[in-house]
Amino acid sequence: MSIESELGIYAQFKVAHNDFALDVDLKIPEQGVTAIFGPSGSGKTTLLRSIAGLENHPNGLMTFGGLTWQRKDTFVPTHLRSIGYVFQEASLFTHLNVKANLEYGGKRRATSNNCEGLEQAVELLGIRHLLARMPSTLSGGERQRVAIARALASSPKILLMDEPLASLDHVRKQEIMPFLESLHRALKIPILYVSHSIDEVMRLADQLVLLDNGKVIATGPVNEVLTQLDLPIASDEDAATLIETTLAAHDEEYQLSYLDFIGGRISVPLLDTQIGSEVRIRIAARDVSLTLQHQRETSILNIFPAAVDQIEELAGAQVMVRLLAAGVPILARLTHKSVALLNLRPGSQVFVQAKSVAILS
Amino acid sequence: MFNHSDLIALTITLKLALIATLVLLVLGTPLAWWLARSKWRYKYLLEAAIALPLILPPTVLGFYLLLALGPNGMVGGALGAMGGRPLAFTFTGLVIGSVFYSLPFVVQPLQNAFAAIGKRPMEVAATLGASPIDRFFSVAMPLARPGFVTAAVLGFAHAIGEFGVVLMIGGNIPGETQVVSIAIYDHVESLEYANAHWLSAGLLVLSFGLLVVVYAYNGKFRALRL
Repeated sequence: MSIESELGIYAQFKVAHNDFALDVDLKIPEQGVTAIFGPSGSGKTTLLRSIAGLENHPNGLMTFGGLTWQRKDTFVPTHLRSIGYVFQEASLFTHLNVKANLEYGGKRRATSNNCEGLEQAVELLGIRHLLARMPSTLSGGERQRVAIARALASSPKILLMDEPLASLDHVRKQEIMPFLESLHRALKIPILYVSHSIDEVMRLADQLVLLDNGKVIATGPVNEVLTQLDLPIASDEDAATLIETTLAAHDEEYQLSYLDFIGGRISVPLLDTQIGSEVRIRIAARDVSLTLQHQRETSILNIFPAAVDQIEELAGAQVMVRLLAAGVPILARLTHKSVALLNLRPGSQVFVQAKSVAILS
Repeated sequence: MFNHSDLIALTITLKLALIATLVLLVLGTPLAWWLARSKWRYKYLLEAAIALPLILPPTVLGFYLLLALGPNGMVGGALGAMGGRPLAFTFTGLVIGSVFYSLPFVVQPLQNAFAAIGKRPMEVAATLGASPIDRFFSVAMPLARPGFVTAAVLGFAHAIGEFGVVLMIGGNIPGETQVVSIAIYDHVESLEYANAHWLSAGLLVLSFGLLVVVYAYNGKFRALRL
């Protein structure tokens, strides 16, 4: 099967400058949010710009959904690629008002559902009240929302986002995050999301591409990559596990909501969400403790069985343990001493106690 | 007040400045765009050449233009060979001289305005489906508007005030190539100070008014910019 006939995104770029190199050969699924994560200078932005055609590196190969955008003597210029691109700074056209900014793409990309795309974008980003304003009168957060809506308004086939929150302060980030989370659910097109914030990645990503020094060091479903013990991310202070759960029930008496996943049930403070909706939670590795017996006399509510999968030594007294709860990977940061006392080894059956759980969506 | 020949000189001056400005905008815009974007190593050579009229005595420029446009010059000779008449001492010759003379006044503001836009808005437009030409007209031109206003007004005002170049290649033919600045000189030579006054004051007021427009407009625009 040739590369073109495969769906999804296929990108192969080899760039070498004096002080920078990018060497990737990447396949990205054609749905969901794929985060491209790595430290500054790891080549994230260059990769995204190359996919958009904003940079033309010789010998690149890039196909999307069966279309060849770049190959030997073919280079489809950016304006002929059906993309939406959100830059780090909003970069609105200062000579046009918000509405004209939103309409700029639609006028140029004649597709049947442009109006729909614009309406949906305005709705999703909550910017209807801003349509008549000039960009100079908007706050930083509003500008970035308009920029995201503008990228979506022309109904692109793929959305590329280059650290859209990086230039905003904490308060503005919190203002925009819910909109990004709703994009994730509402859009059917694939989203590539470049970020150096693990928190954003955990909230938004389905797939994760880990870049370091211009090379892809891991790629796969986000929780698989996050819990891969041989990657630096898993030995990080903030190492954590993501679990996709379904809201099973509300408990008005104790003001709790119950979230089910294949490995068990998790209790969290009452959520304002419908039963049956999907909720992503995060459990920090340092908040997980293990017991050999199911503790009954404990204040901890979230306890479920799991099997030890791998154990990785960290610096000092620490050890990172990868567990599988009915196949769902979970990280626990323990001490050497605990591991020895409990006699933990791959295959040991244990109970996971999660001291705290963060709701991500 | 103005006598008949003064009015004709005034008309020729305004016509000359207007045509020269239009020609300059048409030629200067792509040139300035190229200068603002190009990474050519020797770009500075061209920039220096364009800036020459800023410091060169106009008579020097006029002298070489006279040689080029005259019947034995490169351009004039070629025109003559094709059955045309040489351009020296004609209105067309004046327009050509004015274009060279005012080139930096048009190209530099445009180049600065284009450079100030940066690459980003053009990249955004590309990701929204705009072709290079479309991007230029829908993004670069509107964003460079203050530069265009400055370029047009400075080019126009400078063309109105030109003297040396006109004297060299225009001769001083009333009704064809006699412009206001030269008419003033003639009046003073003939001790007709009243006439010289009227024309001089007219040019002074006009030039000041044009500069006021530039500064007022650009000041207002800056305040509106992000």
